[in-house]
Amino acid sequence: MVQLTLPKNSRMTTGKTWPRPEGATNVKEFHIYRWSPDDDKNPAIDTYFVDMDTCGPMILDALIKIKNEIDPTLTFRRSCREGICGSCAMNIDGINTLACTYGVAEVKGAVKIYPLPHMPVVKDLIPDLTHFYAQHASIQPWLETETPAPAKEWKQSIEDREKLDGLYECIMCACCSTSCPSYWWNGDRYLGPAALLHAYRWIIDSRDEATGERLDELEDPFKLYRCHTIMNCAKTCPKGLNPAAAIAKIKKLMVERTI
Amino acid sequence: MAFLTDRKRAMGLGSAKSGTEHFWSMKVSSVALLILMPLFVFTFGAALGGTYEEILAYYSRPTPAIIAALTLAVGFKHFNDGCQTLIEDYVHGTAQKITIILMTCLSYGAAAVGVFAIAKLAL
Repeated sequence: MVQLTLPKNSRMTTGKTWPRPEGATNVKEFHIYRWSPDDDKNPAIDTYFVDMDTCGPMILDALIKIKNEIDPTLTFRRSCREGICGSCAMNIDGINTLACTYGVAEVKGAVKIYPLPHMPVVKDLIPDLTHFYAQHASIQPWLETETPAPAKEWKQSIEDREKLDGLYECIMCACCSTSCPSYWWNGDRYLGPAALLHAYRWIIDSRDEATGERLDELEDPFKLYRCHTIMNCAKTCPKGLNPAAAIAKIKKLMVERTI
Repeated sequence: MAFLTDRKRAMGLGSAKSGTEHFWSMKVSSVALLILMPLFVFTFGAALGGTYEEILAYYSRPTPAIIAALTLAVGFKHFNDGCQTLIEDYVHGTAQKITIILMTCLSYGAAAVGVFAIAKLAL
């Protein structure tokens, strides 16, 4: 049976409230999830106050300011700070999104920041994405061909290339998969929206010759058919993609080759 | 604790190569119910409030009897398929298998009772 409540050692407690910056007039309050594997304490929500007059506009700017100036132990992933690497995906104000492209001003009141939901936590805002990446690798996200490689490039028409739009832009930030209730309950077997969107990206690639094998591998009540078009994936995607539509198209292809 | 590689854990037992039939069957019964439910509501509604003899005479006619029997049969098939999906979502392990068996017995049992009742009225 699925677990509807948090295990005892995962229940959140009230953490430390860090001092307000002196003399600041434009202060924003941040409630941030903290957990360290180095002690036996339960996760805690720490409260920070950031002077927004000396801080950049994005959530990531505020997190970096907190780490640099208030609490150097705060741990989170970040890299490109422009929405292309997917490292800083986290749950901000109840939405899975990228800290670098989400504005502080978009949040009314205190900003609540948690790691991506329903994943094991490595530390603070860092989820363990090992299984998520392994599932992505399992759909073989590369070109599969039997025909010997041409002397130059594999050719593709403009129309066929356009079919990849809305799919190739995925940055594997895991916002969609970790927002999906089906992935929460059956993430061990269900591939999740991100891996399935990538699977579809290769299924409809006009140059790929493993279409049948790819569909064979996906035809499974759990790997594919756990998607119940809940649409959280499309709602939360920070790149504006629609993994639910990609999954629906895979299901359509499954029916087409059966009937 | 098992020393499995990440890839081994992600692959699991591999693809079951099934699921499409269940998916398609749900679509077919959904469309069937889209037609049957309004027909059932209107035919059943027309008979509501009648005396025993009037109902007996009404369901002796083929149209309301066939619509009611089809709605029950298709409805419980759809109910069974939907509940199986629900159980697979939320219940795991041996409990999952037992719940699916119980749900199947309940669905087909209820459909059989319903169709038998209609047949008894109609024939």
